[in-house]
Amino acid sequence: MNDPAIPAVQFSEVSRHFGDVRAVDGVSVEILDGEFFTMLGPSGSGKTTCLRLIAGFERPTAGRILLHGKEVTNLPPYERDVNTVFQDYALFPHMTVGDNIAYALMIKKVPKTVRARRVEEMLELVRLSGLAGRRPAQLSGGQRQRVALARALINQPRVLLLDEPLGALDLKLRQQMQIELKAIQQRVGITFIYVTHDQEEALTMSDRMAVFNLGKIEQIGSPSQIYEHPATPFVAGFVGVSNLINGPAAEAITGSPATFSIRPEKIHIIARGAGVPEGMHAVKGQIRDVIYLGLYTRYLVEIEGGLDLVVVEQNLKTTSADLLTARGKPVCLYWNREHVRRVMEA
Amino acid sequence: MSILDTKPVSVSKSSSYPALAPSSSQRVSTYIYQRPWLIMILLLGLPLFWMIVIYLGSLATLLLNSFYYLDSFTGLIVRQFTLRTYANLMTRANLDIVLRTAGMASAVTLSTAMLAFPLAYYMARYASKRIKGFLYLAVLLPLWSSYLVRVYAWKLILAKEGILSWFILQTHLDWLLNALLSAPGIGGPSLSVSAIGIYIVFVYVWLPYMILPIEAALERVPKSLLEASGDLGARPGQTFRRIVLPLAFPGVVAGSIFTFSLTLGDFIVPSALGNSSFFIGQAVLSHQGTSGNLPLAAAFTVVPMAIMVLYLIGAKKLGAFDAL
Amino acid sequence: MHYKGSGNGASPLGLKAAAAAVLFFLHGPVWIILLYAFTTDEATFSFPPPGLTIKWFGIASQRNDFWEALALSLRVAATATTTAMALGTLAAAAVYRSRFFGREAISFLLILPLALPGIVTGIALRSAISLANIPFSLWTIVVGHATFCVVVVYNNVLARFRRMGSSQIEASMDLGANVFQTFRHIVLPHLATALLAGGMLAFALSFDEVIVTTFTSGQQSTLPIWIFTQLTRPRDRPVTNVVALYVIGITFIPILLAHRLTMEREETA
Repeated sequence: MNDPAIPAVQFSEVSRHFGDVRAVDGVSVEILDGEFFTMLGPSGSGKTTCLRLIAGFERPTAGRILLHGKEVTNLPPYERDVNTVFQDYALFPHMTVGDNIAYALMIKKVPKTVRARRVEEMLELVRLSGLAGRRPAQLSGGQRQRVALARALINQPRVLLLDEPLGALDLKLRQQMQIELKAIQQRVGITFIYVTHDQEEALTMSDRMAVFNLGKIEQIGSPSQIYEHPATPFVAGFVGVSNLINGPAAEAITGSPATFSIRPEKIHIIARGAGVPEGMHAVKGQIRDVIYLGLYTRYLVEIEGGLDLVVVEQNLKTTSADLLTARGKPVCLYWNREHVRRVMEA
Repeated sequence: MSILDTKPVSVSKSSSYPALAPSSSQRVSTYIYQRPWLIMILLLGLPLFWMIVIYLGSLATLLLNSFYYLDSFTGLIVRQFTLRTYANLMTRANLDIVLRTAGMASAVTLSTAMLAFPLAYYMARYASKRIKGFLYLAVLLPLWSSYLVRVYAWKLILAKEGILSWFILQTHLDWLLNALLSAPGIGGPSLSVSAIGIYIVFVYVWLPYMILPIEAALERVPKSLLEASGDLGARPGQTFRRIVLPLAFPGVVAGSIFTFSLTLGDFIVPSALGNSSFFIGQAVLSHQGTSGNLPLAAAFTVVPMAIMVLYLIGAKKLGAFDAL
Repeated sequence: MHYKGSGNGASPLGLKAAAAAVLFFLHGPVWIILLYAFTTDEATFSFPPPGLTIKWFGIASQRNDFWEALALSLRVAATATTTAMALGTLAAAAVYRSRFFGREAISFLLILPLALPGIVTGIALRSAISLANIPFSLWTIVVGHATFCVVVVYNNVLARFRRMGSSQIEASMDLGANVFQTFRHIVLPHLATALLAGGMLAFALSFDEVIVTTFTSGQQSTLPIWIFTQLTRPRDRPVTNVVALYVIGITFIPILLAHRLTMEREETA
């Protein structure tokens, strides 16, 4: 039924302009069938607009959109085999939870008994069994989020769109839901397209992700690809913290003035004078600031040439007391040459 | 118990609920959906047609009529552009009507403003949430309930033998009443047939229109301003005069738009409680009625319109529309 | 300043008294009618009333002209309200849907019939009607009433639209409902109480209107017109009192209900 060779979603040079504003600017991307695909980017980068273009709430100014090989560019949302979980959940307040979930089936005139059975299945899937009679106003944020999910899944769409669904939840709940969503996706086996501005969330959940900036996609790849090999300075800076070194400082360390990035956790920090292993890039510096974060410590080190580097180290041996004296200490930083990534200037 | 422990849910890969073949209503829906301009036409078409063609069109014919004139020999309206109807408006008798009405409107506006203030001030500054809600209802109720009945109530109260006279007799104030009634221009045989009576009733019926905007304007005055004023040494009376009053003024102007406009055009109150000296509303009614002098009636109607347009322009300059 | 009591500060006694007096002034007079509905005096409004009786209620209910006027008023109000509800909802939907420049113009246009003195609307319609040689009838009255009732419904419905948020409509369409199904299942239930409240206010407005009605009716008498003509007839005064009482009741109830409906909704939002 689903030919895995046909991508679930295809964007072909899609643009969406609002007057002078180019919310989406010539985006082309293929999202594969059955994958968990995240669209990551800051506010206004175009990721949400792309999602709405897939759903059908917006029409592109240019370009074509295909769902499983079928052109849907001008089709209204109710004719696309796609369902959405909204950021504000968009539950219908005048209906019960059960009626909310069954809405899509009610529209299709599915018989009442079948509807009821399916609603029960969905409630079980999202672990809200027994709450079919409640009203949305009586539920907590996390419960409403799951009702929204159940309502979208009951239709058995081939693609599920999620628009920053966990934004309103507190940290613990969010982390728990991330795991649950991922599990549901793998169980149900459909394509999930997930929009978020939280890069940690993207890295946790995605099979592949696209990083958006100013209406364009700057990089598409797996989380480790994006994290370890950022293609542009923006991606390097947005996904995880990164140190960008260029010009004379770069030349002093690597022998070439080309810009490169090095992740904070890849840098080793030792006292000045202690030996640096063979073959590493090294630079001298002085600790400007220390922040203790329980699991790890973040150092801000000013190196020769005036740049500040962020260094992160797990607190394997040090305690917070040790760190109080760290400020101002002269140190030496070194890292493995292989961890250096060349970065294209924008 | 994590989600991975629950028993598998039968979710087949292909959709077991294929969408129904598009019905005709669905096709229409898609057709409309893909053409947003069509949606606007369908939605706005009827209301806009109604308001523009029927309402604005009528206003246009009114204006047009004021430039025609009535031939007194034939009794027919001559549909030629002329200014003689407006000239007719400028005669002594007709000007008297206009001035009388404008004068009444001004008096009513001033009085309603003064009466409205205490209640509006109390509502805005001192009333608790519950009481304020109750007071809102108390002010809105007369506004929406029958205007004619409320006018009628005063006819009962002001009657020569009615409750007010009885009260005046009991308090031995009848000399005052008689003095008022014999005053030229505003007096009459009894309160219920006099300009004073008309004035009282106008104030009564338009009062809610003045209370609400003033209350809204007063509510916008942050309490911190009043506290600051007191802090800087002003006594409550000074604070009131210099801070509260100027800030409430846009509300007064907004309310006055209603009281002025409503008084200018009304014929019910003067007919019910007046004598033969006409107000604009009565003039309009009489001219378009038996004598069929639609042009003159139209010209008379243009007067309050013109006054209100000028008034609105002036009010806008004074910032009244922020209070609405 | 010293603060006590409700936390807003104690209000000066003078202010409280003045406010209460104004409130009494607003509401007192209508109660007088209640008293006069029972007076035995036939020709004058003498106070204190010479005696009390309930016979006027019976006599009023036998007056044919009263019943006809009442029936006409009800028919006009019902028709005008329905028209206003349709037009007002359409206009509100249009204004809500798009952020176009005409929004303020539409609101201004709709409120114009209420903002301009009734006499202007009345005579404008009359001149248009006679120009077009349309006979005066129930329908001319309805057209006049519907014109100034639209804005009442429009405001209520627009306010409710704004509280709805667009994501619910999108969610409904996303789940497979087309435009009409979305309207029926999602939009209409949302608007229901606002529509009802607006409709009731429109009904009260129409039922009570006299100025525009005077100009747009031919021989017909609505109830307010009937009352107006009675204002100068000594013989009919007691009956008029009773009728006035009925009118108060009939307009009081929809207003109260409309108020309850809008208040309730705001609390559960």
